[in-house]
Amino acid sequence: MSNDTALAAQEPKTLKTDTLFVNLGPQHPSTHGVLRVGLTIDGEMITKAVPDIGYLHRGTQKLAEVRGYHHCVVLTDRWDYVSAMPNNLVFCLAAEKLMGLKVPPRADALRVVMCELNRLASHLLFFGTYGIDIGAFTPFLYAFREREMILDLFEMVCGARLTYNYIRLGGVMVDVTPEWLAKTKEFLDYFKPRLDEYDTLLSFNPIFMARTQEVGLISAEKAVNWGLSGPNLRGSGVNYDVRKNDPYSGYEHYDFDVPLGKTGSCWDRYYCRVQEMRQSVRILEQALAMLPHGEVSATGVAKVPKPPSGESYAHVEGSRGDLGIFLVSDGQASPYRMHVKAPSFLNLAILQEILVGNKVSDVIAILGSVDIVLGEVDR
Amino acid sequence: MTASGSEPSQTPLASAAPAPKPAAKPAAKPAAKPLPEPVFNQRAGRLIRDTRYWPTELWKDPWASQSYRRGAAWLAGIILGIFATGWAVGELAPWGDRIYEAIVSFVSARGWPAVVGEAIWIVIKALIVLHVILINGLWAIWWERKISAHIQSRVGPTYAGGFHGWAQTILDGIKLLLKEDVTPTAADKWVHALAPAIVVVPVIIAFAPVSFGVELSAANLDVGVLYIFALAGISVIGIVMAGWASGNKYSLLGGLRASAQLVSYELPRAFSVVPVLMFAGSLNLQIIAQAQSGYWWGVVPRWFLFYPVVGQVAFAIFLIASIAETNRTPFDIPEAESELVSGFHTEYSGMKWSIFFLAEYGYVLLASFLLAAFFLGGGAAPLPWLSAIPSWIWMLSKALFMMFVFLWVRWTFPRFRADQLMDFNWKFLLPWSFANIALAGAYLLWI
Repeated sequence: MSNDTALAAQEPKTLKTDTLFVNLGPQHPSTHGVLRVGLTIDGEMITKAVPDIGYLHRGTQKLAEVRGYHHCVVLTDRWDYVSAMPNNLVFCLAAEKLMGLKVPPRADALRVVMCELNRLASHLLFFGTYGIDIGAFTPFLYAFREREMILDLFEMVCGARLTYNYIRLGGVMVDVTPEWLAKTKEFLDYFKPRLDEYDTLLSFNPIFMARTQEVGLISAEKAVNWGLSGPNLRGSGVNYDVRKNDPYSGYEHYDFDVPLGKTGSCWDRYYCRVQEMRQSVRILEQALAMLPHGEVSATGVAKVPKPPSGESYAHVEGSRGDLGIFLVSDGQASPYRMHVKAPSFLNLAILQEILVGNKVSDVIAILGSVDIVLGEVDR
Repeated sequence: MTASGSEPSQTPLASAAPAPKPAAKPAAKPAAKPLPEPVFNQRAGRLIRDTRYWPTELWKDPWASQSYRRGAAWLAGIILGIFATGWAVGELAPWGDRIYEAIVSFVSARGWPAVVGEAIWIVIKALIVLHVILINGLWAIWWERKISAHIQSRVGPTYAGGFHGWAQTILDGIKLLLKEDVTPTAADKWVHALAPAIVVVPVIIAFAPVSFGVELSAANLDVGVLYIFALAGISVIGIVMAGWASGNKYSLLGGLRASAQLVSYELPRAFSVVPVLMFAGSLNLQIIAQAQSGYWWGVVPRWFLFYPVVGQVAFAIFLIASIAETNRTPFDIPEAESELVSGFHTEYSGMKWSIFFLAEYGYVLLASFLLAAFFLGGGAAPLPWLSAIPSWIWMLSKALFMMFVFLWVRWTFPRFRADQLMDFNWKFLLPWSFANIALAGAYLLWI
């Protein structure tokens, strides 16, 4: 009897456990780039998570200070390389504000078309890679099949598949051809039924829902406090979309809804994006139907623009959230200062709070659902 | 020569020149005129259509394409050819008996003890079964790549060997043999080297009592089912060893997950078969298959799969548990690519790594043969008028169909989380397998 109690007293010593430090990244298939998360795990549970960034820093904000305004558009392509059109657009909007340029209506409509096509491409990439994160490989290739078509469309219009440099100061690079418009309509007709296919294949798969619906909950208050934006914010039920709240490039003329989530779980964020694809298709159909005629570039854009001294801020609803640019001009040929408000960078910060207390498998689910692009995080 | 040669040639040209010239000119003009071709890349100045196809162009009517029709004809021809060959060869068991008699007469003619003949016969049988497993590895990997490709709207291997990339796995195997065998510095060298062997040896031995048709198995064991389950349980030790010895944190996690998962799923897997054993009254795979011969009303085969409720529940549980036992999606958490970077075999390369694969596909084949023997009537023909085709063809077809189900499931579903997987096992599969045993008892008592 006394022996047993003595053994029981010794038991905590013999069962002493220790935590394990695991480097998730920068070389890991599911960090979507070169993110490193230092995980301290106790068995399968996360006790501490420290995101570590900076592996893809290229100093584009500093680089802009020695380049002309036209040349800065090229830099913007390299932030969020998965959806470069909104990056082009936001810089052009900010610079046009400084220069007081008026963009012709056809150029505005083409900008909307390109941004929405790029949102489709970006969300398709998210859809596919998120499927892989959860372990379903097939949706990835379905998504890429469609994404390839969008990239082909981009290649047709501007020659590039990833870094477009299509939206320029005062308008767009070149007008689209009637053949391109026909091809885009063909794509949209093909793409709409595919969205229902995605829902049956992945969105409402019981295993997928079990993996994502109770995981990574972000309340609306927490989402606002951490400065989330885009589908991550709307997944928590906060109705904020720059296209609605502060319309630019004529978004106020299009009829579309802002899909919202309820609980802020991984599944809500995921499904917000899937529904946003439907809305993008709606916008695209309207934009293509009422594409105005006329010029695609404003007249009087200087070869070496020297905007008057001043500052401007422009923001757009990029594929990952509220993407903003703050430009300061001192009257010289290059910006005095350019600052990017990158949504991925702000969305990433919340990871250190919501990862703790989850399992290793959930880390991948949460990381994937926040949908960061490291090019935009590090710039 | 040149002058005389050019003279006659010039005259027809000169006479013909006025006629084709006006015809050639309009032909040349439109080629230069329409700059924007249907799909024209304005910047690169070239047509995209020539090299890249959209699914909208290719998939409108697949039967309209000649290659599609030819492929379907090939497939039908191959299947019919296999059945015709089977019909011509007949049952394999008599051939085995003939070889055995030849060996016995050869040995007795030389005055050697009869044990020698038995030993030679056992070695031949073991070699045949071993080659079934090895060739299955080659075949299954190619098949999985093709099926996954077609599920994912790709085409898979196409070049190696010419016909639909049939030689791809062979060439991959040669590549793996030639690769450097890396052992990490942090690894426990002996355990690291031993682990693949411990994983693969049980699956090879476990094939001994598997029946490939009527009276066709390497060893006709009366405890066949028990023997297979016992051996299949050993491999988990090898996986834990691999995870532990790699000296990699991800591998360690994979090994730990594997040990929990495989040990858990053995329970419903074994219990789901108990109703089958109760109906058949034996643990011998041959007798289990024989118990399913015959037809209800002359049409519906008396397979255990078609026993109302009991058969289907047992089949579903055994199938799910078998997928979990073979570490395949949706139960592939020990080697979750996106989480654990391949888990327990991250640190293996070359032939050691491919031995893990050989074991995995060996287990898939084993599970397919067991599913065919337990639930699909073994070598029995699905319809009475098809019984001219020998049993080994039916056994093989059923096993391959079950293998296809394995691949199909893998490329369709996402992955469970470790705790959900355990919940599913202990709270769903195991209770239902117990309930199914009770139901089978009720059947036997009152029906």
